Amino acid sequence: MSARLLAGLAILLALLLVAPALLGGYGLSVLILILYFAFVGQAWNIMMGFAGQLSLGHALYAGLGGYVAAGLYVHYGIGPWAGVFVAITAAVAAGSVIGYLGFRFSLAGVYFALLTIAFAEFTRIGFDNWSWSGGSGGLFLKVERGVTDLANLRGGPVLFYYVILALTVGAFGLCHLLLRSRLGRYWLAIREDAEAAQAVGVPVLRCKMLAVMISAALTAIAGVWNAFYYNNLFPETAFSIGRSIEMTLSPIIGGLGTLGGPLVGAVVLTSLGELFTSVGEALNIPGIKQIFYGLALLVIIMYRPAGLWPWIAARLGLERKP
Amino acid sequence: MTADFLLALSQAITKGLLTGMVYGLMALGLSVIFGVMRVVNFAHGEMMMIGMYLAWAAFDALQISPMLSLPLIALLFFGAGYLLQRSLIQPFINRPEHQQFLLLLAVATLIANGCLAIAGPDSRTIQLDSQFDSYELGPLVLDAVRVHAAVVALLIAALLWLFFTHTRTGKAIRAAADNHMGALVVGLDVRRLYAVTFGIGAACVGAAGALMITVIPVTPFLAGDYTLLAFVIVIVGGLGSMTGALLGGLLIGVSEAVAGLLGDPALKSMFSFGLLIVVLLLRPQGLLGRKEQR
Amino acid sequence: MSGARLELVGLGKSFRGLRAVHDVSFTVPAGTIHALIGPNGAGKTTIFNMIAGVHAPSAGTVMLDGQRISGLRPDRVCAAGVGRTFQIVRPFKGLSVLENVTIGALHRHSHVAEARDAAASILERLGLADRRHQLAENLTLPDRKRLEVARALATEPRLLLLDEVMAGLRPTEVDVMVAFLRELNARTGLTILLIEHVMRAVMALAAHITVVSYGEKIAEGTPQEIIRNKAVLDVYLGEEEVA
Repeated sequence: MSARLLAGLAILLALLLVAPALLGGYGLSVLILILYFAFVGQAWNIMMGFAGQLSLGHALYAGLGGYVAAGLYVHYGIGPWAGVFVAITAAVAAGSVIGYLGFRFSLAGVYFALLTIAFAEFTRIGFDNWSWSGGSGGLFLKVERGVTDLANLRGGPVLFYYVILALTVGAFGLCHLLLRSRLGRYWLAIREDAEAAQAVGVPVLRCKMLAVMISAALTAIAGVWNAFYYNNLFPETAFSIGRSIEMTLSPIIGGLGTLGGPLVGAVVLTSLGELFTSVGEALNIPGIKQIFYGLALLVIIMYRPAGLWPWIAARLGLERKP
Repeated sequence: MTADFLLALSQAITKGLLTGMVYGLMALGLSVIFGVMRVVNFAHGEMMMIGMYLAWAAFDALQISPMLSLPLIALLFFGAGYLLQRSLIQPFINRPEHQQFLLLLAVATLIANGCLAIAGPDSRTIQLDSQFDSYELGPLVLDAVRVHAAVVALLIAALLWLFFTHTRTGKAIRAAADNHMGALVVGLDVRRLYAVTFGIGAACVGAAGALMITVIPVTPFLAGDYTLLAFVIVIVGGLGSMTGALLGGLLIGVSEAVAGLLGDPALKSMFSFGLLIVVLLLRPQGLLGRKEQR
Repeated sequence: MSGARLELVGLGKSFRGLRAVHDVSFTVPAGTIHALIGPNGAGKTTIFNMIAGVHAPSAGTVMLDGQRISGLRPDRVCAAGVGRTFQIVRPFKGLSVLENVTIGALHRHSHVAEARDAAASILERLGLADRRHQLAENLTLPDRKRLEVARALATEPRLLLLDEVMAGLRPTEVDVMVAFLRELNARTGLTILLIEHVMRAVMALAAHITVVSYGEKIAEGTPQEIIRNKAVLDVYLGEEEVA
């Protein structure tokens, strides 16, 4: 990594650390959203950008993570810092099943994507009918005003901001290390030519499974954070294909397979989203916000199909391909 | 099992078969698009939705029955599909799936919200006299509209079959689908063929929409479900097989109707997705598809 | 990396009723260079694919130093000590030359830095060191072939399978590759099995040749024996003067 990039990141981190003091309530909530999508986008990026498997059912892992941790908290008083481990286990188990089925039966591309959608939908319907998780009526966490409790993730936006900031920095750090490791190189090789990789001894199945499992684990953590931030969970939304698609937008728009992609994508898309929401409210036509959003997606995918970050990085003369 | 239940079941199954024929037509459109060009048309449900809106608009404004506006709508869709493919989609044909998916997702978002902006969020239906008629087949009572829709759908499928087997363009398209490089080598204008193919797929979907509005109301929010449904049908029925798409449609139509009878709509989704998973794992070429290299 | 002994016993492969290879048996003693020749479609690459683990044999076994490797997955076969190149080269196009070979070296060196050093020295020996940072997709064909060999060598094999590595090379380039392989075999004792149509290379390298046609072995022997063998001449070599 070049010195310029390192310096830039240091400044960015410093700014982010003091952000709550600089931004008002609205600004902070937008920044929280950006960090959330950067985090969850990075998690999805591992499976798609690094291991090349298109998952359109990633909400499954977030939903499972959220429900497990929230359920344990609501029913047994188990705090999220312990609950997250159970959540991760559940998500990794689900991911392993899907990954194994997909790879064992040689599903790729849209076929694999449909498999992931099917599992997410199945789980959605399952949770709709499960009373432990509150069924279709939803699961609710008690909100206690004025309490700041890190152990149980009860508190105001500032608490959640620092948690998601830490998670996002952690995720980026993890991905940076992974990419430079042997596993990361193997992922690159698999993406280029899986058969040739196997011929030089790359254990393709194992590497792909690891990508799925790491991706699922991180997404589950995002789900836990999400559940405790919004204090409610509904199967209809937690496992929805809309949620799944949301998770894919930042990394694809920002730059698949790159480290900076999900962050850039999250910044651009969230900002555009807020912009279009205000414009939409001003114009007062139903659906106008989504029309602008769709146009933005269209323009970006047509003119920068590899994503925005590679283009920006090239412009700034920064990092080469990881 | 009582005789009443058996009758209700047979009634549900026939109803399902009839609606299923229209689903089959919609899926046929996707089978053609996905089968020939491998384009993941995430806007498929949205396209059918516009077909429904157009047919509704024609009826609402000009009192034209969807059966009559159908040919015009199909033609319109053919042209729009041709242009869309030529301008927007062609460059994405050999790109990775995630890029195709995002492109068509953007298109789908635009279409769905365009409809929302123009027509508003309320559901729209049309009132036809024939909606009160029915045919009797022994003890079974069949809704006239569903029978008409099914018959027209079948007719269109038959026309399509004739096109693909007996016309030069149709055969050229099948050749290009089988072997892209070979098609280029023998001098076929593959780009034009792809555009025609997308046009035909779109026309099927538009026609399916015109038929569907006679049976259910349209809202700007139903599109996503239909995209998914189309993919499930195509994969279960088998890629590249026209009969497969129709058969898959019938299967899904029947399961939907039976689930409705048994009272649990969730059951219908579970059946569809369960079937999808089983097919993907055990027989990815679908019930009637040919084994292919993926 | 001294060589391993390769034994094919009664090897056969059918694809949905089509018999591609039938009852092929031969042995490649450790440290020797052996050639597999025959007309196109004779089943040579299928035999390679069975050794390398891409296909499981329908019949027969493949043994490396007495251990059965047939039926293992390709990465397990590589772990057992088999390196291979492909008939149509398959470099990791978006990666640099050095990164390509490093992936191979990672098989034996779990630290990336170590692997990269090992890769760099292999590139030196193959004359690719000055192009180490070039993207593989920008290489010329001869360089891609060399890259493919380098990548396979990085996995420290005891048996190297070369599938038509001379194809598309000019005579001078063929001579360079032949010299390299001869030196490699002499210095390290690496066992080499090559599929080749370029008879110039076969005659220069192989101590022993197996000839297959229509999936069956039709002859085996030294180069001098083979070029005089009537069956071989009928089926493959023809009236050609072999240098």
